[in-house]
Parts: sequence; structure tokens; C-alpha cells
Amino acid sequence: MDMMPQAVVTPPSPRIMAERQVRIEARDVNIFYGEKHAIKNLSIAIPDRAVSSFIGPSGCGKSTFLRAINRMNDTIPTCRMTGDITLDGNSIYDRDLDVVQLRAKIGMVFQKPNPFPKSIYENVAYGPRIHGISNSKTELDEIVEKSLKRAGLWEEVKDRLNHPGTGLSGGQQQRLCIASAIAVSPEVILMDEPCSALDPIATARIEELIDELKQNYCIVIVTHSMQQAARVSQLTAFFHLGILVEFGDTDEMFTAPQEKRTQDYITGRFG
Amino acid sequence: MTEVRKGLIAKRYATERRFRIYGATALALTALFIVFLLADIVIKGLPAFTEPRVKLDVTGAADKVDAAKPAAGDYEAIVREALRARFPTVSGRAERRKLNGLLSQGAADDLRRMVVADPALIGKTFPFAALLSDDADLFYKGRQTGVALTKGATSLQFAESGEAYVITGDVAGLSPGQIVLVNEGALRITGIANGAAQAEALARPVTLNPAAAGGWNIMTLAKPEADRRISDQEIIWLEELKSEGVVEKAFATRFFTSGDSREPELAGLRGALVGSLLTVLVALALSIPLGVAAAIYLEEFAAKNRLTDIIEVNINNLAAVPSIIFGLLGLAMFLSFFGLPRSAPLVGGLVLALLVLPTIIIAARAALKAVPPSIKEAALGVGASHQQAVFHHVLPLALPGILTGIILGLARAFGETAPLLMIGMVAFIVDIPKGFESAATVLPVQIFLWSDLPEIAFQSKTAAAIMVLLAVLFSLNAVAIYLRRRFERRW
Amino acid sequence: MLVWTVLLASVLAVGAFLAGQTRASALRVAGGPALHSLPTYHGLFLASGVITGAVVAGLAAILLFGTQSIAVPAAAAIGAAGAGAALYPRIASAFRARNLFERFVLAVLVLCSAVAVLTTIGIVFSVVFETIVFFRQVSPLEFLFSAQWSPTSTPASFGILPLLVGTLLITFIAILVAGPLGLLSAIYMAEYASGRMRSVLKPLLEMLAGIPTVVLGFFAALTVAPLIRGSGESIGLTVASESALAAGLVMGMMIVPLISSLSDDIINAVPQSLRDGSYAMGATKSETIKRVVLPAALPGIVSAFMLAISRAIGETMIVVMAAGLAANLSINPLAAVTTITVQIATLLVGDQEFDSPKTLSAFALGFVLFIFTLALNYIALRIVQKYREQYD
Repeated sequence: MDMMPQAVVTPPSPRIMAERQVRIEARDVNIFYGEKHAIKNLSIAIPDRAVSSFIGPSGCGKSTFLRAINRMNDTIPTCRMTGDITLDGNSIYDRDLDVVQLRAKIGMVFQKPNPFPKSIYENVAYGPRIHGISNSKTELDEIVEKSLKRAGLWEEVKDRLNHPGTGLSGGQQQRLCIASAIAVSPEVILMDEPCSALDPIATARIEELIDELKQNYCIVIVTHSMQQAARVSQLTAFFHLGILVEFGDTDEMFTAPQEKRTQDYITGRFG
Repeated sequence: MTEVRKGLIAKRYATERRFRIYGATALALTALFIVFLLADIVIKGLPAFTEPRVKLDVTGAADKVDAAKPAAGDYEAIVREALRARFPTVSGRAERRKLNGLLSQGAADDLRRMVVADPALIGKTFPFAALLSDDADLFYKGRQTGVALTKGATSLQFAESGEAYVITGDVAGLSPGQIVLVNEGALRITGIANGAAQAEALARPVTLNPAAAGGWNIMTLAKPEADRRISDQEIIWLEELKSEGVVEKAFATRFFTSGDSREPELAGLRGALVGSLLTVLVALALSIPLGVAAAIYLEEFAAKNRLTDIIEVNINNLAAVPSIIFGLLGLAMFLSFFGLPRSAPLVGGLVLALLVLPTIIIAARAALKAVPPSIKEAALGVGASHQQAVFHHVLPLALPGILTGIILGLARAFGETAPLLMIGMVAFIVDIPKGFESAATVLPVQIFLWSDLPEIAFQSKTAAAIMVLLAVLFSLNAVAIYLRRRFERRW
Repeated sequence: MLVWTVLLASVLAVGAFLAGQTRASALRVAGGPALHSLPTYHGLFLASGVITGAVVAGLAAILLFGTQSIAVPAAAAIGAAGAGAALYPRIASAFRARNLFERFVLAVLVLCSAVAVLTTIGIVFSVVFETIVFFRQVSPLEFLFSAQWSPTSTPASFGILPLLVGTLLITFIAILVAGPLGLLSAIYMAEYASGRMRSVLKPLLEMLAGIPTVVLGFFAALTVAPLIRGSGESIGLTVASESALAAGLVMGMMIVPLISSLSDDIINAVPQSLRDGSYAMGATKSETIKRVVLPAALPGIVSAFMLAISRAIGETMIVVMAAGLAANLSINPLAAVTTITVQIATLLVGDQEFDSPKTLSAFALGFVLFIFTLALNYIALRIVQKYREQYD
């Protein structure tokens, strides 16, 4: 383990960290899939009310680390983790922590839109129901409406809330998933390549949406597209072979990367 | 291209064609077998769904039926009298007994039921359709002997000689054993000598007037009298009833409404059907919750370790253990060790539950596995617990597949025979089972029991019972196929 | 008593659910601390506790007093009430009712999965126990090597050889029929038949697989056997009315769907790339099948045959109805032979006395049958598993 090159963690620039507090912090995180060492000695601090994007070539571990933040890796039997990740200073791997409540605080949007094969209304209402957030039907209706509005989907679906969510277009489905995620009022939203299955127009809508959402949420997004990272995020982290190579202000990263590997990737020499 | 190579290619294509034909032939043979099997059973079984009855005018005479206690009347005598009234010439104890034998015991029971339901019939004469015996039934269905009728080509003279008759005229076309039908009588040829035929009367002709050519008939019976269960005399009576138009063929509802009986014409499937229903009910009540729960655990929650592996290997092997072994388990465990009652649907259901459990587990696991993991992740992503994700989202989506598995398991339980033999569900049981602990048999075992009986009439009953069993099973399978097509989802 | 106990416990559980839910709902006040779990889960938690209490106390009472005693429902009620009283005060806003209830559900699921294992243990115990008793009365040497089987005569003799030979003879005939038919059908369906043909043929084979064996037995005994006998005698052969051939033929037809559906799966699992390679070299379809697909699928096909053999050995009704009862040591397919399953069935139908070697011998036969089929199944399933891994 000590043979591993230490990641160079650039502290976020004062400009960003001065306005915002740290929400998620990881210390010395190692993740294994069976024999495979997927994340090596990772440490990072992610600020609130900003979009942080994870970029890097396929298999670099960015999705793995994202899933570690809301403990989705728990569902993979062969997956093991050492080190610690905290949310607001509290360890999310604490024995006493209820993973279900954690996931209510840290929502997730997946690569492929995965609405439940139920009505649009039921899709959004499911989270609030299981968390007991609403006490009455009118309250639930309000939450559904508010979430769909925030996700920019309300105008398109308000007349067909009882139609199946799987009948929507790909972009609409993804916004529906975002609506479902914000319906449980999370504090953090994780997005795992949310636009990779969408066409450019739908992608633009989602990016707009992400830009609006950052007013209220800490957003972490994994993306394959460097342009997207440049467009939507304030901070960018570059992963390579399980190592966090560089993390810093997006503007700086794309103009003056400190690491050669970052530069090579950004300029398209590999990846 | 050279000739040699061309020839080689032609040869290769011939091999190709032959190979293809082999495959098609194999499938055709299999299909042929199924068609042959089904046709054989339908041909054998169809006659059992109808029964012949003779329409009689019966009199509910007051000396035989007490209006105060209609159930205790001597209905057998009433029906017999009514039948005898149709054959006034029949006399003598032996002959009368034979005539009575044409009626089934069920006729009296039917009449009793009719009178008990409507006591106003007592003292009146009213029409009643009396059930005939299985031998009569088989005769009318052509299963006893072939009957050929030919018109007499010449004129016929005959005279009484004591009890017997002598036929003169052109007797060249007659041979012993044949029956001459003339002047509403029936004369069986006993011998031919000196241009005259000796004959005995099965039914006495009303006059001795000679008959012109075409005015009389010769009846030839394909099977000799000694080889069949019905005599010439009885055949003449049955033919007479038929020619008078009083024999009706009716749908045998009693095949579905009565229990087992030693008399083929009275035996019905109701006991076996109720027994099957009770047994399968127990089996499903146990195997569905157990099987689905086990499948959910193994597919969704079980950690991958040695113990899970053992359970898994064990279930796969259990699915292939011969069913008769489950019978041994039932006998040694449930009957001998736990002392549960023999022949009971409760024990049958327990055994069948264990038997179909692996089937249901395997099908349910496949259905659960087919639900894409993204659905579960979506639920986990909004903060559902693992169990909430499984029970709210995965399970409902897997339900059609699970249901298909359950129906296939149900079909298997419904058609299973061997293990039930071991736990005593083979007894001859007349009563309709009343509960889960009363003695009962099930449909497949009933088929097994009937197939073993010597009476030919039961062969037809067996085939008919098989038709009922197959009808149930095929409809279950049709439902399963429909479910699969209707809810099959490509993710 | 048991029915009443179950009813009583159910009523108490419903009561506990309502009590728990009400109490938790009352905790939910505006501005107060948020509930960890939904009130429903508090109710379910209390109900599951009550059920556990009732089941534990009820089982204890059954062990002590038997199933008929009034003590059973009484104990169940006390257990339920005790559990309910102990757990009710724990309901609080921070109390993790959902997690505990889910642990209860998981325990129930584990217990259900254990039933399959218990069944196997039950089978092994019941068969092995009676077999040991049998071998105390009859020497294992006689059982294995004597050529005579007549359990009902005096003195009885228990040599399994004629039964084994009979079983194997009928199985051999069955495989001789089902092997080519099933395999060729599978190849045709997998490689030649159009989608529409498959949609007709598959249900047809499933239909054959769904026909109960008692029906096939009837057909074998009443139609096929007389047919074989008739045609055999017309060319001057002596055919027993319960010939091994009739039973074997029909049993073979029973197995055709098993072999064809297993082989079909296995042939479909052979990767398309292997076929493409062969076609690219100019091979015809049948050459590709014979030279490439079948050799690649061989382990799977072997295991399909093994499962089919195991199925034939264990089949009971066809042979009970169509094969003989007399234990002739013969390999003539036209003679009457008997099988292990026939003997088990006939020995155990009717009255059983668990101390007579006649009844016990059926269990010894069952033991042999179980070991035979288990070994075949185990090896076959192993091969299939290995084969699947190879192409996954």
C-alpha cells in the first residue's frame, strides 16, 4: 500500500471555499472489488452549494467513489472499503448509522434513467411515502408538484401524472429521476453520468437544471465529457487508475493543470 | 470448377438435407405420439360421458311407498315392475331376474330422489328414465359385439313344435346361432337338418303367419354368446327397447356428481375431484409462501458463502429426486413418526408441498433475477431500505413470473400419483371427503385404481377421467403460457 | 386446538400492530423530533414481537403437553402478551422499529429457505433409519448379490439383482428412444426451425412434458403393450403382455421433452462466434453442427442424458402400470421384468408393518434409488455448472 503514489490533492481555491463550507470529506479511502484495488488512498473535501465533477478515463474509479458516498457499494457483495467518508463531519460508515436515512440525505441519479414502471406521480411520491415526509394526500401532491417543477418537468407532465413514467422520453425520464431524488429533500445529489444516454438537447436541459439546483444542493457529478465538466462544475477532480490525480477549480484545471497526466487527458492524449 | 468438386458439393448438400430431415422426423414422431395418445384416450373416453336410460311409466304405488316416509320405499320393485310391463311375455324366475339385470342399481336411487323431492308423485303414474346397467350401456355403445341385420331374401314359413319352432322354406342362408326376427318375435337357430331349421324363441312371435321376402330379418352377432357378458336374450330385449324408441342417451352428469362405486355405470369423479382440490390446497398453502420466501432470501439477501451454496445445490438436487422417494418420506415421517392420519388430504398436501417446493423456488428465483438491478438501485437511491426496494419494487415486477412458476408447480402437484400411493390415498372410498383429515383419493390415483379393474366399462371411465385430468392440466398450462406472453417484459 | 391457537395469535398480532401504530403516530407532533421509522413499522415491529412470543411459547407447550392440550393456546397467549408488554414501552421517536422489523422478516426468510434443507435431511433420515433396521434382519450381502427377489414368499429372499437388471433394461430402452429423438428435436429447434415453428413446437413438447405419468402408464398398459404383443405374435415372437419394451418405449417418449429442452438450452449457449468461424470457412449448417456445435456442447448434452437416466430410473407410474411384478432376471425386452420403483410401490401399498422385512425392504430399495439418482443428478448439475461458467 505504501508503494502507491500519493494523490496530489490541491486544496480548493480560497475563492470557492471562502463562500462555502465543506460538506463531504473523504480520508484515505481504499476500495476493493474482490482482488481488484479500485480506489487507492483517496482523500478529498467537497464543498456545499457547488457542482463538483469527477472526470477520468473508463475504469478509473470515479463511479466507484461516487457510489461509496451514499454507500451504494454495500449492494455489491465482493466490495470492501477502508478509510472514512464523512458528511458534515459525521462518518457515513458509522456502525450506528442507518444507511437508509443516509441515502435520504444523499440522493442519487443514475447513468441510465431508471424510473419505476409506475405512474409519474407514484415515481415522485415513492420517496416521501417511505420516509413519512408527508402526512396527507394534499401535502404529498404539493411535494410532487414542487419536485417536478424544480426538475423542470411539471409543465410537460402536469396533465398526465397518472401515465407510466417509463412512457416518457429519455431526457424526461432522467428529469423524472431527478424529481424523485429531490422529492425526499436531500442535501447532496450524486449524479452518475446523468446525460450519457441522452441526446444533446435533453443534455442541455439537464445541465441547465444542474446549474439551478446548485443554489440549494451540494452536487457531485461523474461525467465522461470534459466539456460538460467545464460547463456545469465549479470544481473538477481528475481520476486515473484508481488514483485521484488532481482536484481543484474547474477554470484552473482546464487552463493550467498542475499534473502532466491531467494535461495529457484534457488535451486528448489518452482516455 | 472441376467435376469432382461439383460432385463433392452435391454430396455435402445431400448430407445437409438428410440431417435436416432427421431432425424434422424426430419432431414429427414426437408430435405423432402425442396425437396418437390423445386420440386413443378421447376415443376410449368419450362414450363414458353419456349413459343410456329407458323411459318407463312408473307407478308410485301406495303399497310400496309410504307417503309419510318416502325415502324408505321399495323403489327397486317399482322400477322392475315398470320394465316388466314392457315385456309381458317374460315369465319364470330366471328370465325375470335376467330382465331385472338390465337395470342399474342406480335406477332405484334416482327414482327415490325424484319421489322424495316431489312426494305428490306417490300414487300416480309418471314417466321416469331408468338408468341401464353397464353391460347394456356397453352393448348400445357397440363394445359388446357387432350386430349385423340382413333382410330375409325369400319367404319364410315356421311352425311351433312344443316349446321350440321349426322353420321351413329356404333355410340355406341360415346357420346356427343366428337369430330370425319375424312377426315381432325372435327365434334363435339351434340346428339345421333336412331342409328345416330348429329354433328356440327368445321372444315369441305374435302370429305364426308366414313372412314374405323382405318382411323378416336375420340378426348375426359377431361375438359368440360364450365370449361376452351379455346373452342373446338380453340383446333381443335391448334391441326391442331401442326399436320402440324408449331408450335415450343422456349426458352422464353423475360422472361428475357421484363418488366412486363398484358399479361402473354409477362410479363418478366427485370424490376424487374434491380430494384433489383439498390436497392441492394444502400443498399450495404451504409451498407458495415457503417457496417464494426462500427464493427472495436466496436471490436478494443471502450472502455468497458455503451455507448458501449448500442450500442452492440442495434445492437443485431436490428438484430431481424421484417423486416416490417423497412418498417414503411421507410414510416414515408424517404417518409413522408424527402419527398423522392415513389417506388424508392433509398428509398428501404436505408431501406434494415438499415435492413442488424446489420447482417454485427455482421459478421464483429466475423471475426475481430477471428484474433489472437498476430498479432496485433507483429505490435505494431515494433512500429505500433493501427490503423496501425488494418488496415494493422487485417483487411486484417478478410476480407474473413467479405466478407462472406456481401454476406449473400446481399442475405438477395435480398430476402426481406415486407418492400418494405410499401414504394410503389408494383406498376405495365411496364418500365425498369432508375435510382435510378424512380419507380421500385424488384424480390421478383414481385413474390408477380404475385402470386396474377388470370390468371393460371401467376402461372407458378411466379414459374419461384422464380427459378430465388433462383438461384441467392443459388449462393450467394455457394460463401459464398466457401470463408469460402477456407480462413478458424485455428490459 | 392448533387452529384456535393460530387464530388467537393472529388476533393478538393485529391488536399489537394497531397499538404500536397508534402510539407511534401520537409521537409525531409538530416541531417535535422526527420519527426514525414510519408508524406502520412500529406497529409491524410490535406485531412481529407478539408472533414470536406466541410461537415460542406455543411450541414449548406442544412439546410438553401435545397438540390437543388447552395449554397450547394458553401458553401462546401468555407468550404473546409478555412479548407485547416488554416491547411496547420501547416505542419512541428515535427507536429503529423498521430495522428491527426487517431483521425479523429476514429471519423468517432464512427459516423458509431452511425447509428445503430440512426436507433432504428428512428424506435421508427416514430412508436410512428403516434401511438400517432392514439390514439387521437381512444380510447386506444377500441384498446385493442374491439373484432372487421374492419378499412375500416363505422363506422370503431379498436379492436386488433382478430389480436392478429390470430397471436398467427399461431405462436403456427409454434412452434408446429418447436420446436420438430428443437430441435431434433440440438440434432442429435450435438451428433450423423458424421463430414461428419454435413457438408451435415448444408448447407441444411442454404439453408432452406436462402429461402426468399415470396417463402415460394407462396408455402403455392398455394400448402400446397389446399393440406390441399383437405385432410380435404375428411374426412368431413370444411377447409377454407386460413387456419391458412397452414400458420402455412410453417412458422414452416421456423423457423426450426433458432431453430436448435441456439440450436446446445448451446448444443455444454455444457462442455464435464459434458457428461464424465454421461458416466463414465454407462449412454447411449440418457440418457446423456436427463438427463445432455438438463437440462444444458435449458436456452439457452428457449431463442432459444423465438427468434423463435419473428421471427414468426413478419413474414409477408407467412401470407400475405397464411392467410386470415378477422379478425375472432377464434382459429380453419382450419379457416381463420388474423395477425398483414397482417393488417399492407394491410393497408399500396396503397395510404396512414397520417390523416386517417385507415393508423395510422397500425402504432399502428407496435408499438405493435415492443414492443412484442423487449421484447422477449431482454429477450432471456439476457438469452443467462448469459448462455455463465456460461460456459466461
